[in-house]
Amino acid sequence: MRTVAFREALNEAMAEEMEKDDRIFLMGEEVGHYDGAYKVSKGLLKRFGERRVIDTPIAEGGFVGVGIGAAMVGLRPIIELMTWNFSFVAADQLINNAAKIRQMSGGQFTLPVVFRGPGGSAHMLAAQHSQSTEALWAHIPGLKVVMPANPKDAKGLLKSAIRDDNPIIFIEGEVLYADQGEIPDGEYTIPLGVAEVKRPGKDLTIIGWSKMVKIALATADALAADGIEAEVVDPRTIRPLDEELLVESVKKTGRCLILEEGWPFNGVGAEIAYRIGRRCFDDLDAPVERITGADMPMPYNHHLEQQCIPDVPRAVAAAKKLLYLE
Amino acid sequence: MAQILDMPQLSDTVKIGVLQKWRKNEGDTVAPGEILAEVETDKAVMDFEAFDQGVLLKRLIGDGTSVPVGTPIAIIGKAGDDIRELVEEARARAAGGAAKPAAAAPAPAAKPEAQKPAPLPAAKPVPTAPVNGQPVRPTAPPPPRAAAAPSAPTAATAGKVLASPLARRLATDLGVDLRTVQGSGPGGRIVERDVKAAAEGGAQAAPQPDSVDWRAAEEAPGTMPATATAPRASAAAPLPAHLVPERRTEARPAPTLPSGDVIKPLSMMRRTIAARLLEAKTTVPHFYLTADVDMDAAMEFREQVAQVHGARLSVNDLVLKACALAMRRIPEANASFSEEAIIQHARVDIGMAVAIEDGLITPVIRDADKKTIGQIAGEAHEMAGRARDRKLRPEEYTGATFSVSNLGMMGIRDFAAIINPPEGAILAVGSVRKEPVVKDNKIGIGHRMSITLSCDHRVIDGALGAKVLQAIVGILEKPISLAF
Repeated sequence: MRTVAFREALNEAMAEEMEKDDRIFLMGEEVGHYDGAYKVSKGLLKRFGERRVIDTPIAEGGFVGVGIGAAMVGLRPIIELMTWNFSFVAADQLINNAAKIRQMSGGQFTLPVVFRGPGGSAHMLAAQHSQSTEALWAHIPGLKVVMPANPKDAKGLLKSAIRDDNPIIFIEGEVLYADQGEIPDGEYTIPLGVAEVKRPGKDLTIIGWSKMVKIALATADALAADGIEAEVVDPRTIRPLDEELLVESVKKTGRCLILEEGWPFNGVGAEIAYRIGRRCFDDLDAPVERITGADMPMPYNHHLEQQCIPDVPRAVAAAKKLLYLE
Repeated sequence: MAQILDMPQLSDTVKIGVLQKWRKNEGDTVAPGEILAEVETDKAVMDFEAFDQGVLLKRLIGDGTSVPVGTPIAIIGKAGDDIRELVEEARARAAGGAAKPAAAAPAPAAKPEAQKPAPLPAAKPVPTAPVNGQPVRPTAPPPPRAAAAPSAPTAATAGKVLASPLARRLATDLGVDLRTVQGSGPGGRIVERDVKAAAEGGAQAAPQPDSVDWRAAEEAPGTMPATATAPRASAAAPLPAHLVPERRTEARPAPTLPSGDVIKPLSMMRRTIAARLLEAKTTVPHFYLTADVDMDAAMEFREQVAQVHGARLSVNDLVLKACALAMRRIPEANASFSEEAIIQHARVDIGMAVAIEDGLITPVIRDADKKTIGQIAGEAHEMAGRARDRKLRPEEYTGATFSVSNLGMMGIRDFAAIINPPEGAILAVGSVRKEPVVKDNKIGIGHRMSITLSCDHRVIDGALGAKVLQAIVGILEKPISLAF
């Protein structure tokens, strides 16, 4: 095991895969000469050259479409979006082409393309640059949605995503890039569609992904001081969702709290809550609870922004409510 | 499986439906789409069609009857289905003014006895040991039975029990009757910890939000404020009892204040006792009649029974049977008060207060008037044992029509017990005293026992109460009556 930063883990994943398969190329804004807007692609231009690492103009509709076309003819593109807020500019390409071409062509085309980039809030980036878009992308059949929470998951999942023959929405928590974490030495991958218990427990299940995993773990620590043992489960892949592991956990604990940075209406948490409610009906001691981002455009002001993101005190209060301990 | 059909809401504005005419008779087969009845709404006469295949097993109302939407009007099922419980349930719902549709089935229809709210046991505990000074369990102050449903429980109103799905499943697994559990969740919802506590007979309390401080003594400023009235006993914050996975056999330690006072969180049983007793004392107009019983003949009778049959009868056994016979002779006293009527009970079911650890429970001897004194003695002994082991089933400690509480073996001369609603009366029994008495105008030595009948004045007036007491005294003073 060795310790690397989240961005470095992503860099290693891309470099290792590009080394092995020269159909893989990286394309996006600032990925080459600037070494990446967030330095995720640092050193890749130098190592692989301009055919494999391509800087684009600010034209998401364009280069996302190019990625889709390239995948259709046999290449394996990694398309970087500077943030997922800008994916809306390429919405038609992603929703109507990437998600559907395989089915509409009767399987004549597969699209082994990874669309990756940072998502979620950072600090005072305000309404148009702080969005969690996974609920929107996970709604569309034909797309996979993957969200790593730590360096180990980031590298393993990105490698699997690159090797997968489907169009994949890969959302990296923007404020996680500097997080340090241990990763295994040597070659490893983490399968898509498999959740992980990040912390075992028995009194309630806290489900969180990406940035919320850290909040969930801190919440579990706070609850442990009161003798409450929370189990933290990270789906890792939003779509396809590892429903079995989530259900197994809630059947064991009888209570479920979902932490989600995105908006509540039609959020990923709503889908999870439905599935848990349905499969664990007779096992629940309380209705499924969720804490989400505030149902409004993200404010610019720092203090207001803090209020709009799920935090540990609120998660602890919700957990205690589940246990009828308020 | 048979089900109840309710008066349907055939149009948006209708509140009452008039069943003008049944189109199917009891016993007829019904196919989906066939017309069961013609129902008149505020606008027109409409057809009430069947949704399911089945047989119309019972028509609950007749042609021309008008009832509110949601009232049960028929039972449909398969030929041969036993629908007695459904009929009870339908009648109960109709009587309760069912304005809601029969969506979720309420708690399964119970036999009449179980439908009575759990009666309140005597004011003082009674062991069943004989009077002659056998060691007796220490008594707890106020009465009631463990986990009896309080008379106005939020979790079990109008037959519908609010419980989380997990609590329901656990209740089935652990053999707990949800109707007897007090829920600590929102709206009185019964949750997992309530069922677990009930299964243990109230040994573990549902945590009270205000009674224990969840935080350690020192907290960082700006975190949630300490709400408690009592600090934790240890800084190591012991696990809340309901979260311990293995069953604890001992109650969790009560925190001790610096003054030395011990805070004992209320167990389910204690809370039930408190609620029931308060209700009895504040809503039932009690009055008390006391008599002294000449127990010479009774003590002689016990001796004879011991010699001839080798069976030990306690004084309490004699009292139980005497009360049962009195209830049979004076049925007006074997009754309960309800808003519109006094209900005279058909059966004589005598409750017998038994002291148990941390409280009191009142097992019931059913049809006590029809049982022999020997049978009563046997049952009383057996149930008292199981009561102390907390192994009584809810149907064994609910539904008495009259209760007896005996503190004689604790040296109590006389006392007045608190009635268990909805019973009409309760008899408190004191010790048998050997004392100077007047016999044939001379001073002699005799056995006297003081008994006090507490009566609900809404059901039993002074004269009737006196008649009851006279009957009991008469039977005890002529114990040959106990042979009948």
